[in-house]
Amino acid sequence: MRIAVLSGKGGTGKTLVSINLAAATETSAYIDCDVEEPNGYLFFKPRNIQEEEVSVRIPKVNDKLCSGCRKCVDFCKFNALAYIKDKLIIFEDICHSCGGCILLCPEQALTEKEKVIGKVQKGISDQVTVYTGVLNTGEPSGVPIIKKLLAEAKLEITKTTLIDCPPGSACTVMESIKDADYCILVAEPTLFGVHNLNIVYELVKLFNKPFGVVLNKCLDGEDLSEKFCLEKGIRILGRIPFDQELGRLNSNAEIAVRKSEKYRRIFSSLLETVEKEAHHEAASDS
Amino acid sequence: MKIAIPVDEKSLESKVCVSFGRAPYFLIYDTETKERVFLNNSAAASTGGAGIKAAQIIVDNKVSILLTPRCGENAANVLKSADVKIYKTGSVYAKENITDLINGKLSLLDEIHPGFHGHGGN
Ligand code: SF4
Ligand code: SF4
Repeated sequence: MRIAVLSGKGGTGKTLVSINLAAATETSAYIDCDVEEPNGYLFFKPRNIQEEEVSVRIPKVNDKLCSGCRKCVDFCKFNALAYIKDKLIIFEDICHSCGGCILLCPEQALTEKEKVIGKVQKGISDQVTVYTGVLNTGEPSGVPIIKKLLAEAKLEITKTTLIDCPPGSACTVMESIKDADYCILVAEPTLFGVHNLNIVYELVKLFNKPFGVVLNKCLDGEDLSEKFCLEKGIRILGRIPFDQELGRLNSNAEIAVRKSEKYRRIFSSLLETVEKEAHHEAASDS
Repeated sequence: MKIAIPVDEKSLESKVCVSFGRAPYFLIYDTETKERVFLNNSAAASTGGAGIKAAQIIVDNKVSILLTPRCGENAANVLKSADVKIYKTGSVYAKENITDLINGKLSLLDEIHPGFHGHGGN
């Protein structure tokens, strides 16, 4: 089963929830799709790391063949091409590798070349296989890295897989949840928390994914995200209390489930709820 | 010699637009013929790479000098390869900047900001 963990912005506890659920499972895979700022590995400290580069195909021009017709320049909707002083200029960090210009060039002046945009790493941390995607700074899109991560992790189909998504609702998030069986939205109790929750709520609805919410940083006072869930009839999967111990473990890059029986219980029961929900959804779907 | 300025409105009284790539219009002033033309900036609506496309428009119109409050890295590269000089605007209004340039009161834009492309990803 593949469980995607989302939040509208970073720092809401998305990584906390995904790593602890992965650690609470007997045998699992954790995939860090937050490729611009992966941090799950800091907690898992995986060993036996295998690394593979990820590259995309971008155009290169043969000036001798180029007639200067500018068809490619007009076509590129990312404006990655310019034609200046009888020469085609290619902005590699703007190009989204759609391949369109190469197909289109009437002179066959454009061909493909490979460009490395980042890497994927795989390592082991106790019973968890840890996958990490890293996008090099300045690259326009992490989607190819996420595709690679998810394709690799698919080989571990028997394991429970936790997908730590990038924050927000950009195309990298859509890519991350595409094959997920269930989505967990992590929310904070504040007004901003509700706003951020709404972003991912809209997204999972759009994708028609079964989902539920985990309320993080719960205090005694009013929880606006909880109110939002009740109003919209969203399933609340669990609550993570706001306490110092958890904060300390987290800021020391420790996995709470591995350090404390209390949190092992909290996350194990959360996992159980999620699994039940997901099976229930799957059953009612078919 | 042609001078270009990003402007908010199609008027000689217009203010200089704060953004080069996203400016709605460019005012092109020809110092020899004293002719003024307003160009629509078709790059303004693009999702990404607006600066590159805007720079292409400037180059295609045979402009020698661009007056702008700021300019991105990629656009600056396009302009540089076409030998377009970039000067930093001083006053708020387009017209005054042209006069200032002609009187030698403007200086070259030396600070080029790196692109914002890709990040945030929306
Ligand atoms: S489409 Fe081909 S021939 Fe035309 S400008 Fe582009 S590279 Fe040159
Ligand atoms: S591959 Fe696509 S995005 Fe890249 S330069 Fe060509 S048309 Fe533009």
